[in-house]
Amino acid sequence: MKAKHQRLLLAGLGLVAVMGASGLALSALQDEAAFFYAPADVAGKPPPVGRAVRLGGMVAAGSIKPQPDGVSINFVVTDGKATVPVRFSGIAPDLFKEDSGVVAEGMFQPDGSFTATNLLAKHDERYMPPEMAGKMAAAETLEP
Amino acid sequence: MIAEAGLAALWLAAALALLQLVLAGLGLWMSRTSVRPELVEGSSFSSSVEQKNGASTSSARTGGGGSALTEEKAATAAQLIAGVRPVAIVQGLLAALSFVLLILLFIRSDMSVVLVAQNSHSAKPLMYKIAGAWGNHEGSMLLWVTVLAIAGGAIAIIERRLNEATLVATMAAQAAIALGFYAFLLIASNPFARLNPAAPEGAGLNPLLQDPGLAFHPPTLYFGYVGLSVAFSFAVGALVMRDVGPAFARAMRPWVLGAWIFLTIGITAGSYWAYYELGWGGWWFWDPVENASLMPWLAATALLHSVTVLATRDGLRSWTIMLAVVAFSMSMIGTFLVRSGILTSVHAFAVDPSRGSFILALLILYIGGALVLFGWRIGSVKQGSTFELVSREGGLIFNNLLLSVILGIVLIGTLYPIVAQAMGTQLSVGPPFFNKTTAPIALLLMLGMAVGPMIRWRRDEGKELIGRMTAPIGVALAGLVAVFVIAPDTAILPLLGLGFAFGLAVASVAPLWKRNLRRTPLFTYGMVVAHLGVAVSVAGMASEAAFTQEKLVAVRVGQVTEVGPYSVVLEGIRPAIGPNWSALEGRLRVQRGEATPFTMRPQSRFFSAPPTVTSEAAIETVFDGQLYTVLGQPDGEGRWQLRLWWKPFVTLIWLGGMLIGLGGLLSLIGRVVRERRIPIRMAAA
Repeated sequence: MKAKHQRLLLAGLGLVAVMGASGLALSALQDEAAFFYAPADVAGKPPPVGRAVRLGGMVAAGSIKPQPDGVSINFVVTDGKATVPVRFSGIAPDLFKEDSGVVAEGMFQPDGSFTATNLLAKHDERYMPPEMAGKMAAAETLEP
Repeated sequence: MIAEAGLAALWLAAALALLQLVLAGLGLWMSRTSVRPELVEGSSFSSSVEQKNGASTSSARTGGGGSALTEEKAATAAQLIAGVRPVAIVQGLLAALSFVLLILLFIRSDMSVVLVAQNSHSAKPLMYKIAGAWGNHEGSMLLWVTVLAIAGGAIAIIERRLNEATLVATMAAQAAIALGFYAFLLIASNPFARLNPAAPEGAGLNPLLQDPGLAFHPPTLYFGYVGLSVAFSFAVGALVMRDVGPAFARAMRPWVLGAWIFLTIGITAGSYWAYYELGWGGWWFWDPVENASLMPWLAATALLHSVTVLATRDGLRSWTIMLAVVAFSMSMIGTFLVRSGILTSVHAFAVDPSRGSFILALLILYIGGALVLFGWRIGSVKQGSTFELVSREGGLIFNNLLLSVILGIVLIGTLYPIVAQAMGTQLSVGPPFFNKTTAPIALLLMLGMAVGPMIRWRRDEGKELIGRMTAPIGVALAGLVAVFVIAPDTAILPLLGLGFAFGLAVASVAPLWKRNLRRTPLFTYGMVVAHLGVAVSVAGMASEAAFTQEKLVAVRVGQVTEVGPYSVVLEGIRPAIGPNWSALEGRLRVQRGEATPFTMRPQSRFFSAPPTVTSEAAIETVFDGQLYTVLGQPDGEGRWQLRLWWKPFVTLIWLGGMLIGLGGLLSLIGRVVRERRIPIRMAAA
C-alpha cells in the first residue's frame, strides 16, 4: 500500500470512529440523559414513569417523616412554586436537612410521587446546586 | 513578612518566566535570520534519526554563512539562547520558594493571611495544616505553577540530547504557559493576601478532606496535569522548529510516562477515597470532577502508545503531536471544570465564575494557539515510516482510535449539560449514559490490548497471529462458561468483563513466553504488568457489579443480620473522641460461618469547625472481598440504621490500578536506563 493511500485510509478510519462515537454518544444521550427537574417543571409535564431522572429543590420545612421500617423517610421537595412528595430508603446524607437543597435521583411514580434511590446533598454546608440556585432565584423574582 | 516574601518570590518568578520567553524567542528569531535559507533546509530543519549537537550545527552554519554582520548576530543569538537554561532553573527555584513559604504560613497558622484563615484551623493535625496549603483554590493553583516551573528547571538541567533549538523553543512554550498561570494567581487569586484585622481563629478544613488519601490526591493529579503540559511544550517546540521525529519523541516520552503514572495513581487513589470516605459503597460515580481526571488519562494513554511508535518506528508523526495538544487540552479543561464552579458536582469546592472565565480565556489562548500552530505547520511535517495494517503499528492505531472514541464520549457527556444549560435547558448526564456507551468500547479495547503486543512491528501474518491467540481465547471462553455455570444470573456486561479479563490476563504475560527472562528489557515487563493490571482491575469491576450483596436495615442492640457469607450483630453504641471530632461508634460483632468472630466499628463523626457530620465506614478486607458497614441515624425507637455491603473481589479494582501505575514506573525506569546507555555505546563505537 502506498504511503499516501495509507494516510487516507487512516484518516478515513479516524473520521468513521469519531462519527461513530458522536453518534453513539448522542443517541445514548437521547435515551439516558437523566433530565434534571424542579418541582415546577413536573407540575406542567410529568416525565415518563420509570425513567431515571434527577429532582432538585429544597426540602420543605417540617416535611421529613421517618417511616416505621426505620430506614425509609418521606419528605417533600419544593421550589417555591410546586411540590413533589419523595420517598427514600437508605441512610440520608449528613447534610440532608429541612430547608436546605437536595438533589434526589430516582423515578417518578404514576401518582406523581418520586421514589429516590440516592440523595445528593453537598459536602459544603453553603452548597446549593447551580441548577437549583438559578431556579430558586427565578422563582423568587416571579413572586409578588 | 513571610506572606510578603512569598508574594515577592512569585512576582520574581513571573518576571523570569517573561524573560525566559523573550530570551528564547529573540534568540531563535535572530539565529534564524542570521542563517542562509539553503543551510536551514540542509542542516537544522531536517529530522534525521541520529542525535545532533546544537552547538556544532550553529558553528557549521556561521562558518558557511559569510558576512561579519550575520556572524555577530549569530553570536548574540547564541548568548541569548545560552541564558534560557539558567533563567528556567532560577524561575523553578523561586516558584518553589513561594510555595514553601505558603506551607510555612499554614504550619504557623498565620490567621492574618486570608487563605489560611479561610482554610485552616490551629487545632488541626500538622499533616492537614500542610495539606491545607493546596486543599483550596489559590494554593492548588500555586502548586500547579510551582510544579510546572520546577519541571522547566529540571528540563533545563537534564535534557542534553535534544536539538538545542527545539529545546529552547520548548522552554519558550513552557514559559508562555507558566506566564498565564502566574498572571492568574497575581491578578485573580493571590494566595498571600492579608486579612486586616487578623481572624481570631480559622474556619477549618472541610472534614471530608481531612484524610490522608485526599491530602495527597490533588498534588498527585497535578503532577500528572503538569507533566502533560511539558509534553505539550515539547510538541509546540518541535512544531516551531519543524523537528518532529524520533529524537523529539524520545525526549518527550519520559514526561508523558511520568504524567501518566501520576494520573493513574491519582485516579486510583481518588476512586478508593470516594469509596471508603463517602460511605456510599460505590467506586466510580462519573462525576464531572472524576471525568476531569479521566479525560487527560485517556488522552495520555493514547499519547503514550503513539509516542512509542514515533520513538521506535518513526511513524504517526502528526498524530502524536495532535495527541500531545489534546492531552494538555484535557488537563486544562479538567482544571477549568473543577475551578470554574459551573458544575453540579459532589466535589466542586471552589465556586467562582470570574476565575472560571480567566481559566477559560487561558484555555482558549493555549489550545487555540496550539491548534493554529498545528494547522499551519503540520503540512511541513514529513511523512514518517510506513507499515502494513496488520502490524504492531496498526494495533496501536486501533488502540488510539478506541481510546479517542471513549475520550470523545466522556467529553460529550461531561460538557453536554453545560452547553444545554447555556441554551436554557437543565439536565444532567449520569452513570447510565456513561456505562452504556463506554463499556462496549472498553471491551473492544481489551481485545486490542490482548492482541496488540503479540503482533510484530512493520508487518505480520494474520494466520500466525490467530495461532498465537489460541491460549488467551481458550481461557476467556473457559472463564465465561465457568462464571455462567456458577452464577447463571450474571448480567451480560459483567459476564463479558470477567471472560475478557481472564483472556487478557493470559495474553498480557504471553509476550514473556519462551523469552530469556533475564535479558528481557525492563520496559517490556512494564507493559506486561500494566496490561495485567487492566485485566485485574476489570475483573474487580465486573465482580463488584455482578456479585455485590447489599442490606439496609434498622436494628436493635443484639439483633442479627445476614449479608453475603456474614452474620452481623449490633453489640452496642458508644461515644468516641478524636483530635478535632467526637463520634458515635457502633460495635458490630461479625462472623463468617464457623470462623472466629471479629469486631467492626463504623462511626458517625461530628466536627465542630466547620460544624459537619460525616460517616466513617468500617471496612473489613479479606482475601475474597470486602465487608463494608455504615452506621446511620437512630430512628427514635431504639433502632439504628445499618447499611451493609458484601463486595466480592472489589479490592482488585484498585490493586489493578496500582499494577498499571507500577507497569508505567517499570517502563519509565527501563527507558531512562536504556537511553542513557545508547549514547555511550555510540561514543564507544
